[in-house]
Amino acid sequence: MNRLTPEQVAARCAADIPDGAYVNLGIGMPTEVANHVPADREVIYHSENGVLGFGAAPAPGEEDPQLINASKQHITMRPGGSFFHHADSFGMMRGGHIDISVLGAYQVAANGDLANWSTGSETYPPAVGGAMDLVVGAKQLFAITRHTLKDGTPKIVERCSYPLTGAGVVSRIYTDLAVIAVTDAGLQVIELLAGNDFDTVQNVTDAPLMAPDTARRAQG
Amino acid sequence: MINRIRDSIAEAIACVADGDTLMCGGFGSSGVAFNLMDALLDHGARDLTIVANNAGVGETGIARLLAENRVAKVICSYPRSPGSVWFERRYEENAIELELVPQGTLAERIRAAGAGLGGFYTPTGYGTALAEGKRTEIIDGVGHVFETPLSADVALLKAERADRWGNLVYYKTARNFNPIMATAARTVIAEVSAVVALGDIDPEQVVTPGIFVDHVIETEQAVA
Repeated sequence: MNRLTPEQVAARCAADIPDGAYVNLGIGMPTEVANHVPADREVIYHSENGVLGFGAAPAPGEEDPQLINASKQHITMRPGGSFFHHADSFGMMRGGHIDISVLGAYQVAANGDLANWSTGSETYPPAVGGAMDLVVGAKQLFAITRHTLKDGTPKIVERCSYPLTGAGVVSRIYTDLAVIAVTDAGLQVIELLAGNDFDTVQNVTDAPLMAPDTARRAQG
Repeated sequence: MINRIRDSIAEAIACVADGDTLMCGGFGSSGVAFNLMDALLDHGARDLTIVANNAGVGETGIARLLAENRVAKVICSYPRSPGSVWFERRYEENAIELELVPQGTLAERIRAAGAGLGGFYTPTGYGTALAEGKRTEIIDGVGHVFETPLSADVALLKAERADRWGNLVYYKTARNFNPIMATAARTVIAEVSAVVALGDIDPEQVVTPGIFVDHVIETEQAVA
């Protein structure tokens, strides 16, 4: 089985972000998406810590420790950017002003349930951050994740075993093996990645997948 | 004459008492009043409840208070970050209480307290473990959770500039929770990089009007 690198998954996700979108990128792999949006598209990034319109990482030596994104990485501002306090920042989310939220995942279920804040452990602390606000507020939610854990345990599942961040909130899943749409009929593979065939991907997925060609056949 | 500027950091934080609830501005290490928090160690206050977004990293700020066993409870959204060693250690030891709050709900609970509201309904967290035991309501077909206001005894804030009335302006993403925490604590203390003359801050640019601020201390910590 071939797998895309995290950078390649981020690039594949970035290809689906349209010109003019307001986009919030979550901590971890989602942050990488900003580095791959095609240059001819004007995308305005929102970060929960009170910034709109930020750009690329600064050149070495140019970092400003007070100018960071949700992942606590240094950023730069683009012309037209703005700063605001936390209550306004989350009003933008809950108020439906963010077009796309890209979040990481512990698990995504066939019905679009997302788990990404708690493993249920007594000794390993949970951390929710802005995830629950994003899942209720963003118009579209993209989950970006490895298809399985390193030991092969599926992360795309029939039902989440970890506590939910939100129920039925994910619209698309971008993994190192496939792009998957969450539909009323179940998980529809849109694209198989890294040259894998359908059965290979289905075998490492704990929920039934619909093959890409079934969509085309259904549409006639 | 109104003068919120204090000569010493010890004078600025003298009001903190054992058992107090403290709001600490900041997101990660940006917009954190590190000098006020260091002074708090010398001051000696303990059994503190800390309201903040994170629970500190490395050996500074909240992490240092945790290391010195000054903290009984943390109310925050994201305690676990690379380097949050002291929080994780105290949590594993079961030595501190954690109240985990979704970040937007944390911000809005603070804002509600500062604005004199009795709470609010939010869709955030509905149907999840973080809403267990809370009042719920279906509003326009969407499930909502009732959340209560969150206030504090003292707020420790970081701003860029202040005048002697306590008007504050902030610097880039160091703004974060600071302006809303300024409204929600009985005593508000701001650590600033520069004190300027009254009138030097354009009224259109004031982010936190001085009505919310009690004590200002100028520190040498540069903004960048």
